[in-house]
Amino acid sequence: MELSGLASYLVSFLTFAGVYAVLALGLNMQWGFTGQFNIGIAGFFAVGAYTSAILTTPSSPAYLGGFGMPFLVGLAGAVIASTLLGLVVGLITARLRTDYLAIASIGIAEMVRLFVKNEGWLTNGVRGIAGIDRPFADTVLDSPLTYLVIVALFVAGVYFLVERARASPWGRVLRAIRENEPATAAAGKSIAGFRLQAFVLGSAIMGLGGGLYAHFFGFLSPEAFMPLYGTFLVWVMLIAGGSGNNRGAILGAIVVWGVWSGTALLTGLLPTEYATQGAALRVLLIGVLLQVILVTRPEGILPEKPPKLLARKR
Amino acid sequence: MSSLLEAKGLYGGYGGADILQGTHLRVESDEIVVIVGPNGAGKSTAMKAVFGLLRIREGEVRYRGEAITNAKPEQMVRHGIAYVPQEKNVFPSLTVRENLEMGAYLMKGDLSQRLDKVYTLFPKLAERRRQQAGLMSGGERQMVAMGRALMIDPQLLMLDEPTAGLSPLLIDETFERIKEINAQGIGVLMVEQNAKQALAIASRGYVLATGSNRHEDTGPNLLADPEVAEMFLGG
Amino acid sequence: MTDILQLLIYGLVLGSVLTMGAIGVSMIFGILRFAHFAHGDFMTLGAYLGLSFISAFGLSSWWALPAAMVGMGVIAVFIDQVLYRRIRRTQPVILLIASFGMALILRSLVQLIWGSDNQTYASGIQFPWQLDWLGGMRLKPDHLWIMLISLALVAGVHLFLTRTRLGKAMRAMSDNMDLALVSGIPAERVIMVTWVIGGALAAAAGVFLGIDTRLHPVMGWTTLLPVFAAAILGGIGRPYGAIAGGMIIGVSMEMSTLLIPAAYKPAVAFAIMVGMLILRPQGIFKGTV
Repeated sequence: MELSGLASYLVSFLTFAGVYAVLALGLNMQWGFTGQFNIGIAGFFAVGAYTSAILTTPSSPAYLGGFGMPFLVGLAGAVIASTLLGLVVGLITARLRTDYLAIASIGIAEMVRLFVKNEGWLTNGVRGIAGIDRPFADTVLDSPLTYLVIVALFVAGVYFLVERARASPWGRVLRAIRENEPATAAAGKSIAGFRLQAFVLGSAIMGLGGGLYAHFFGFLSPEAFMPLYGTFLVWVMLIAGGSGNNRGAILGAIVVWGVWSGTALLTGLLPTEYATQGAALRVLLIGVLLQVILVTRPEGILPEKPPKLLARKR
Repeated sequence: MSSLLEAKGLYGGYGGADILQGTHLRVESDEIVVIVGPNGAGKSTAMKAVFGLLRIREGEVRYRGEAITNAKPEQMVRHGIAYVPQEKNVFPSLTVRENLEMGAYLMKGDLSQRLDKVYTLFPKLAERRRQQAGLMSGGERQMVAMGRALMIDPQLLMLDEPTAGLSPLLIDETFERIKEINAQGIGVLMVEQNAKQALAIASRGYVLATGSNRHEDTGPNLLADPEVAEMFLGG
Repeated sequence: MTDILQLLIYGLVLGSVLTMGAIGVSMIFGILRFAHFAHGDFMTLGAYLGLSFISAFGLSSWWALPAAMVGMGVIAVFIDQVLYRRIRRTQPVILLIASFGMALILRSLVQLIWGSDNQTYASGIQFPWQLDWLGGMRLKPDHLWIMLISLALVAGVHLFLTRTRLGKAMRAMSDNMDLALVSGIPAERVIMVTWVIGGALAAAAGVFLGIDTRLHPVMGWTTLLPVFAAAILGGIGRPYGAIAGGMIIGVSMEMSTLLIPAAYKPAVAFAIMVGMLILRPQGIFKGTV
């Protein structure tokens, strides 16, 4: 299937937004529900992306594997790898205050980046991994549009999952911890246990996002996915959309990805010799956008709904 | 002649429901005024409200006739009102002397006279001036806390449970010091759990319950009142 | 042996840089209760301010230091007044997010104004002194200056914190914010001074880093992790602990190159920090949290 220019841009736009929506939903699990501050999203994302790439690409002498496994096995591997990483990080940080988790999480992201860059036997280092196929490669179904549908299905699946989690008694405990930790502890809940579970679940979702990204973009290298900007964008998406609200996370992903892409169109009008300045200008604009949201509307476009019982009372 | 401090019809709390329900208080320069009452009666809340630490929704606080309702703590200090919170009332990593200096942060000029005055009242603080306040005993910390408040040469000293957690011997000593301070012409307003002892040295006392005044009389009269004795003083 | 002494020198130089950053992080945490994620980019911006100053007036490299410190002190207060002050009354964690955003804003500003290429304060190679009495160890004059000036700045901070009214008030606020307010200590002024000092010291760290290596828009961000590690090691909220933390992290990072590839230097800082968080989250010396 061939797509016209605009349609193909739109498909690519929505696929990217979908991948980011998965990441924002993962972050919402950690920050929105539990108040855990993770700014190492890029680390979990990269672990997911590389795991899936190594599992699914054909055998190569340049790096570990590839093992030529199917798409879904790759994604499963991505989820398992990032779950394990989340477990390790979570076990260390679940008892610590937010600031320490934040600091530890940039450390994790930085370590993952250093590792990916320096351990060529595993990841092919700075040369990166190319030729990561989309699912249904070499069949009639192979098209960007099919992949968009697949990504959309995953977004829907993750949304369903986290929404169920949010409404469950488990989700209520998470919110209780976020709102009033001492009282929840006094009620006999294991704070560290619940935190850890939410952190690991969020990490797993981010790993899935990484896997989806790898098969969409087809190429991975330590610099290709701008680790810090990735993390930052996801944060802006969640805060703009409304942290604590899953629909807000998805909406935020689409809106902010739209703004981000829009700034690319704008800076694209600049002469090519200003390309680097253009990139910096985009980050600057998004940074200012975040600050404006924090000062004027910290609850986001779709604020978190108060729990049902309270809502009825009012 | 207006009172040193007069608070009328105070309503307010920590944001939610009002804890104070029309509380009123009055202190004269030569008085020790004690607020007693059961737990949760709003005693400490009333003190904090008067000192501007939480918002008064309705009512009025006057100091020497001037309205100071909801003024900032900094302005209270400038007026000559000093407040000693119940807990965490010293700077633990600062030395005794530095704690005292912080009390007089807003005062201009040489502090040595003020320091001497505090050291005369609490000779122990002079001995320990270089020690970190956080490493001192509870009784010594209470002296540091009161000393810090006295550094502004206040007209009114507000004490929130100055004897909480102290041994009987230290409680007696603390009340003696409070009498000495009052004898220098400083009005004292304090909240106390040791109601019997406090009322014994008090010029007047207020009995607060659920945020409003229940009884008001001289210290001895309140002690003698059988109803008050039964309600709050444990018989 | 000479190798180890040599690495010790490099470690102390790096430690000086980290200490300058960590004191600020620690002070800001003590007063405002949040981890300031833009501190690395304060370092970067400071270094570039120094660069512009010396190239505008044709001065030698070391003039970058006072210019950067003054400039960054002012900018730090400006950023606080325009952004942080407005959200200070909400939860401290919102400040953390805002500072993360500020980090990226500052970095992109640096890229916009000065470009993304490496730059240096002075071209040419500086010849080290050969210290024959120390087994032929080499010491660059710049390195000596970095250590000496850091020492002087640390002494200055110490005198400020223990001898001046404002410095004592800063420690008092860090100890017990509520009591400081009750005592009539003007919180806003203390906060402002905290930013001046934090910003100026960050700029010093940036200039030292620029003199030691080169200037690059991510120079500060990549140093942020060791800076935080130093602050945590010393007990966050404790400026004195930050000095010990900075030196320990700096020396460990350089010494580690005897055993593992130099690319993993930041991992050493990270490992020490994680070990610390597990074993003694309050820091070697007891922190304020």
